[in-house]
Amino acid sequence: MAALIEIAGLTKRFGSFTAVDDVSFRLDKGEVLGFLGPNGAGKTTTMRMLAGFVMPTAGSAAIAGHDVIAEPVAARKHLGFLPEGAPTYPEMTVLGFLRFVARVRGYAGAALRRRVAEATALTQLESVRLQTIETLSKGFKRRVGLAQALLHDPSVLVLDEPTDGLDPNQKHEVRTLIRRMAPEKAIVISTHLLEEVDAVCTRAIIIAGGRVVADDTPAGLAARDPERRLEEVFRAITIPSSLRKAA
Amino acid sequence: MRQALIIARRELDGYFATPVAYVFIVIFLVLQGTLTFNAGDFFARGQADLVPFFEFLPWVFLLLVPAISMRLWAEERRLGTIELLLTLPVTEGQAVIGKFLAAWVFCIIALALTFPFVITVNILGAPDNGVIACGYLGGVLVSGAFLAVGSATSAMTKNQVIAFVLGIAISFVFALSAYPVVTDFLDRNLPVLAEIARRFSLIARFQSFAQGLIRLPDLVFFASFIGFWLFVNAVVIDHDKAS
Repeated sequence: MAALIEIAGLTKRFGSFTAVDDVSFRLDKGEVLGFLGPNGAGKTTTMRMLAGFVMPTAGSAAIAGHDVIAEPVAARKHLGFLPEGAPTYPEMTVLGFLRFVARVRGYAGAALRRRVAEATALTQLESVRLQTIETLSKGFKRRVGLAQALLHDPSVLVLDEPTDGLDPNQKHEVRTLIRRMAPEKAIVISTHLLEEVDAVCTRAIIIAGGRVVADDTPAGLAARDPERRLEEVFRAITIPSSLRKAA
Repeated sequence: MRQALIIARRELDGYFATPVAYVFIVIFLVLQGTLTFNAGDFFARGQADLVPFFEFLPWVFLLLVPAISMRLWAEERRLGTIELLLTLPVTEGQAVIGKFLAAWVFCIIALALTFPFVITVNILGAPDNGVIACGYLGGVLVSGAFLAVGSATSAMTKNQVIAFVLGIAISFVFALSAYPVVTDFLDRNLPVLAEIARRFSLIARFQSFAQGLIRLPDLVFFASFIGFWLFVNAVVIDHDKAS
């Protein structure tokens, strides 16, 4: 069977600036990929290309065997995507928003109600379902974005900083949720939090300056530091050695 | 089409979820009423028709319709929801048409709320209701044309004010293009363009509807005009949706 996510030679240039430079990887069912890197490394741009929102300058990306450029609608049916900052329509209620997403995803009647109920239950949004999204706290907004991505039980999940803005308890819940879904899906999460990689990921890719600089298991990455600290490994890989000595 | 209608439905609910809808409708009705009664001498004319009403309608639309279309895409860009919308399983064309339809239905609702004018002239006399219906059809088409322009300008920016001003400016050129101020200038300098400009005048085409004429060329013109600007809209979205 083909990999659920297949990215080959993906490159994006904005003018003379290369944001993503020849990134390739594939991800099978059951894998959770932690996408790491300093700010501006190209994580979000790579995820946007995978979701078909940004057109790559070169290379290709496919979701569940569907090329995101040639068959965008087919690819997106298999994709649950949480964009950076978890944007949602502020004037809508949580329920109204999720019902809209479900309708666009092709659900109606009882199936629609079931999907929306499941997504609200998974992300623990029942208590606020009739509130407008603009009145919610940051943590709740993030979970509304997550609920929208999970709604159709997609085989591929791409989550841009899913735990940003959540308190420690909520972070724990989201990580538990990701681990629980992991066996059935291919999941990509981007994060700044190294402990998150340890907690949920089966694999980690570190990207710096648009290039993949490490692709390993979290344990394999940690083993590169004598004291097994992921933080030191991250610094060693993403900061040029001359700068590190000065710091 | 189903996808477009789902998006249209959400967008239309969005208008009524905020005060925008009510403010627009009230201002539209007040402005249209004031102009018709005062500036248009509605009663003093002593004729049971809606000529003064349709005289002012396209100008009121020119001023207000870009305020309806300005949020369509600029708001999506500002909130970042464009990334959500365009990564759902919909095509850009469906999103463009859906949003346009929502704004158009909204304008039609506002226009329909001017029905007391129709009742008034029917009580006061025996107007030709066919001509009035025809004028309303023209009004619907003119609002659609302005909306299509406004929706395209909204796609170009994340600033609603810029979308509004650009929308008015472009609509104004097409509204005015058969007026002497434009055609005289073109006649003197570029006679070829003057003839073309006359054909592109939205207001001149609207006026034939207001006189009770439904002509196929006018219908084709409005359909192509709206189609063209929606196409521009889709191209702009496709070209730089992420910027």
